[in-house]
Amino acid sequence: MPSPLNDFTSLVLEINGERRAVAFPSHHTLLEVLREECGLTGTKHGCELGECGTCAVLVDGRPVLSCLVLTAEMEGKSIETVEGLAQGNELHPLQAALADLGAAQCGYCTPGILMAAKALLAERPDAERKDIEQALAGNLCRCTGYHKIVEGIEWAAAVMRGEDAEPPHHVLYGEPEPAAAQVPVSAPGAVSEPAPNARLEPPKGQNG
Amino acid sequence: MASETARTQPKPTSRPDSRPTSERPAPVTPEPRYIGKSFRRVDGRAKVTGATLFADDLAFPRMCFMKLVRSTVPHGLIRNIDFSKAREVEGYLGSITGADTPVPFGILPVSQDEHALCPDKVRMVGDPVAAVAAVTEDAAVEAALAVEVEYQELATIASLEEALATPEPRIHDYPKEGGNVHKAVSMEFGQVEDALAGADLVLEDVFFYEGSTHLPMEQHAAVAVPEDIDRLTLYSSTQTPHYVHRALAKVLELPPSRIRVVACSNGGGFGGKSDPFNHEIAAAKMALLLGRPVKISLTREEVFYCHRGRHPVLMSMKTGFSKDGHILGQHLKTALDGGAYGSYGVASTYYTGALQTVTYKLPAYRFDGVRVFTNKAPCGPKRGHGTPQPRFGWEVQLDKAAEKLSMDPAKLRLQNLEEPGRTTANWLQIGTMGLRRCIEAVVEGSDWSTRYGNLPAGRGLGLACGSYLCGAGLPIYWNHMPQSGVQLLLDRSGSVAVYCGEAEIGQGSDSVLAAITAEVLGIELADIRLCVGDTGFTPVDLGSYSSRVTLMAGNAALEAAQRARALLAEAVCDLLEIAADHLVFADNRVFDSSDPENGMSFQEACVAAEAKFGTLSTVGSYIPPRSPGKYRGAGVGPSPTYSYTAAVIEIEVDSETGLYRPVHVWIAHDIGRSLNPVMVLGQVEGSVYMGLGEAMMEEQAYRRLPAKYSSSLVHKHPSMLEYKSPTFLDMPPVTSYLIEDPDPEGPYGAKEVGQGPLLPVMPALANAIFDAVGVRIDQVPIQPHMILRALAAKARGKAARFGPSSFPEIDFGEILHVPTPEQGGDGRSIDDYRHKLRSGMRSASGTMTTREEALEKHGKLTTD
Repeated sequence: MPSPLNDFTSLVLEINGERRAVAFPSHHTLLEVLREECGLTGTKHGCELGECGTCAVLVDGRPVLSCLVLTAEMEGKSIETVEGLAQGNELHPLQAALADLGAAQCGYCTPGILMAAKALLAERPDAERKDIEQALAGNLCRCTGYHKIVEGIEWAAAVMRGEDAEPPHHVLYGEPEPAAAQVPVSAPGAVSEPAPNARLEPPKGQNG
Repeated sequence: MASETARTQPKPTSRPDSRPTSERPAPVTPEPRYIGKSFRRVDGRAKVTGATLFADDLAFPRMCFMKLVRSTVPHGLIRNIDFSKAREVEGYLGSITGADTPVPFGILPVSQDEHALCPDKVRMVGDPVAAVAAVTEDAAVEAALAVEVEYQELATIASLEEALATPEPRIHDYPKEGGNVHKAVSMEFGQVEDALAGADLVLEDVFFYEGSTHLPMEQHAAVAVPEDIDRLTLYSSTQTPHYVHRALAKVLELPPSRIRVVACSNGGGFGGKSDPFNHEIAAAKMALLLGRPVKISLTREEVFYCHRGRHPVLMSMKTGFSKDGHILGQHLKTALDGGAYGSYGVASTYYTGALQTVTYKLPAYRFDGVRVFTNKAPCGPKRGHGTPQPRFGWEVQLDKAAEKLSMDPAKLRLQNLEEPGRTTANWLQIGTMGLRRCIEAVVEGSDWSTRYGNLPAGRGLGLACGSYLCGAGLPIYWNHMPQSGVQLLLDRSGSVAVYCGEAEIGQGSDSVLAAITAEVLGIELADIRLCVGDTGFTPVDLGSYSSRVTLMAGNAALEAAQRARALLAEAVCDLLEIAADHLVFADNRVFDSSDPENGMSFQEACVAAEAKFGTLSTVGSYIPPRSPGKYRGAGVGPSPTYSYTAAVIEIEVDSETGLYRPVHVWIAHDIGRSLNPVMVLGQVEGSVYMGLGEAMMEEQAYRRLPAKYSSSLVHKHPSMLEYKSPTFLDMPPVTSYLIEDPDPEGPYGAKEVGQGPLLPVMPALANAIFDAVGVRIDQVPIQPHMILRALAAKARGKAARFGPSSFPEIDFGEILHVPTPEQGGDGRSIDDYRHKLRSGMRSASGTMTTREEALEKHGKLTTD
């Protein structure tokens, strides 16, 4: 069988506005070259089969699954990854919103979601919830239940449109407990600052 | 920002308040800076910039790559392994087999039944039989594919029924009773037969709960870095670095002091990364042999073989009610299909019974459980660990009871609620209990009282509740040491380093540690640096499982921070002549609350304390309180306190197609106290999502070819495309209520949130289907054809139900009789009394210890 060392490609990639020369086995995907040859490990992999959306990057502004794209086809194209989102030390509004709402829990799907959301908002700055859900339907997230991500993108979209937006109170604190239900069940204790050994006491009397 | 203000405040003065203490204004406790506020998690920025390093993101000089050669047969003996073609692959570096890793391991001391590489026998498709390393990952893959393995196949045991009916061949040569039953347990609290005989209504149902997997977005990866011939560091995506540390030491036969395990940030865990794994140990072995770093990154298919997910459980539940709707007694039987290895299975088995008692008063309770081995990927702990299955049955059965008794399902639950501070029939100690408020919140929010039972055909509401541990009361291996430890290191720079063995798996544990420390010391999150999940440098924390970290590591952090504050306070009070009870730590300052100008910056306080005491470091540790249960098996179920959740789901069902769609979810969670509400909400919503996945579509199911063609038993769909999980488009709106009833056991009153909110979701969905179309689906995932079949049965005048019809005859072994607290028991079983009388020995197996006992036995465990 031919040695893979005899079949490699070298070319210049433009990633996040920076051009660099890379050499790689010709069959390697953009995902592999970004992570391995370029050291840009912000782009993640969840399946390497185009099923989960985790490895999404932008190529000429459009979201693509980097695990399904051959790097050899990337010459002359503009590639954007999560590492290119922040401007200097300033987070992109999408990054800031997702961070503030806890929409990145484990954070593993986050880079792909950020890139897909960026492409959506570039095309539709006034994207509504339905558009966001549709545009991100190919990105799986196992932590969040998706709502904080959608709310974060809505918030970021408003900020990017120049609106003076804040997330609704219930997004940060939940729905207020209905008044009818506010019946204390156990005596309210002074627990704002528990003494360290308060919890070491033996259990209280049974069936009291 | 408040911090900016703090920095520009007047310099501290040394002018003490000349008034006598009695004339000074009363001390003022400042508003919490972080606790109870929604703030950006401490790792938030790293996660949105791609800076967080997961295990597969690591690279080291001379690092090479390893792949595992995995079994292609479900059950067989390894006859020969031929590496000759693999050695021809350019870049091949070496290979190892089971002969190199003969020592077994397993997460539970009673189930040491796994090998890093199978020495002689394979028990599932995907079992590792060899490992090969090469210079590149491509070459490692190619070399692994070139390894030729010959098997002598054994009969495949594919299901619970087959395992019960097939004692030979055995998948494992334990337990000593023989056959393919891994664990059988039978226990009775009170007189269940009498309770059922006296009941006005007895319901007997059979339920089935299909297995599902965690499907973390991150595939497991590990990098082993050798530092000497007998010393190494392993970086891994693990929830439990401490247990990986123990397993590595055992299998590598090295002193644990020569091994360091670092838990990288996990790209999702959900319980799926809480076992020590064969690939971690094989990589460590390979690294020691090759003398260079070895990385292994699993493919998605391999992650399905790691599994440790939800056990498929068949359940029989027989419960008696009085005609006015009081629960009198229950007999629950569970049968778990455990897969090929023990994993957490013994604990899982007990967990399918243990938490039935903590939501509603259950005066008499019998639990019989059994777990079998089959030739499938091993099951273990997935979010809710063993409790979602019986909770599903219990909450659906309560809905049926309400229907039979013509009672409102919410009222039925409210009138049977457990009470705070009570001890249950199976000797679990209830702490605070916010379930009443949870039920009332979702009932109010969903307009239940006017809409339940009154929605148009095809629309329905369903209610269910749940409860979960805030940390398992006992560690996985028996010991008297703390379950969690935190060390703080402070110095003259004013920086505070927090060291803790916990693992950040996305749940926000790092932020809990940082927020508690910052709150106690009155400093900012940015002034704190964390070193976590590193067995070489951090005090032991048992790991991120059983929803234990906020409560246990949080309490340890609280103790360490309070001790640090005491040191600083003593130094500052001496210098500035402030009464200790007037000293406040806030806004990066330490000052007299009745004379705020009299104070100094936090950094100056550190300088004063370092000058007074020398190098500044404090520790805190946490041991859960003793549980009153003392019978065999009482070790599973106790917790310092329990969280509670109630949910209402509204659903739309198309009775022509059976397709359905959850329209809205109202969920209320008794969090004790929210340390960071936006992160608590993230856990609640994530639990709803994962619960809906289990209820609607997810299944770790297997396909078997007809025996005459092949013995093959393969995973039905080991890919993310075909293992269906909910997408952005499938998630209904969620209205979340955080019910706060601070618990004295929790740091600042906090309880868990990572697992509890999942529990009511599956039964609430099934109950909503009943309200919508009048049929009972007694199994999950609930698929459209099941609804159609049940509707067809209903139309024919048969039982309007889909689900398993019978529960097999099973020998659960000798029954353990335990008198309940109400019967005047003392937490022991009757058999324990006999044993005690016979032997004159103390019977204390499986019970918790108090800190006082631990200190007595081992001397002082912590020092300032």
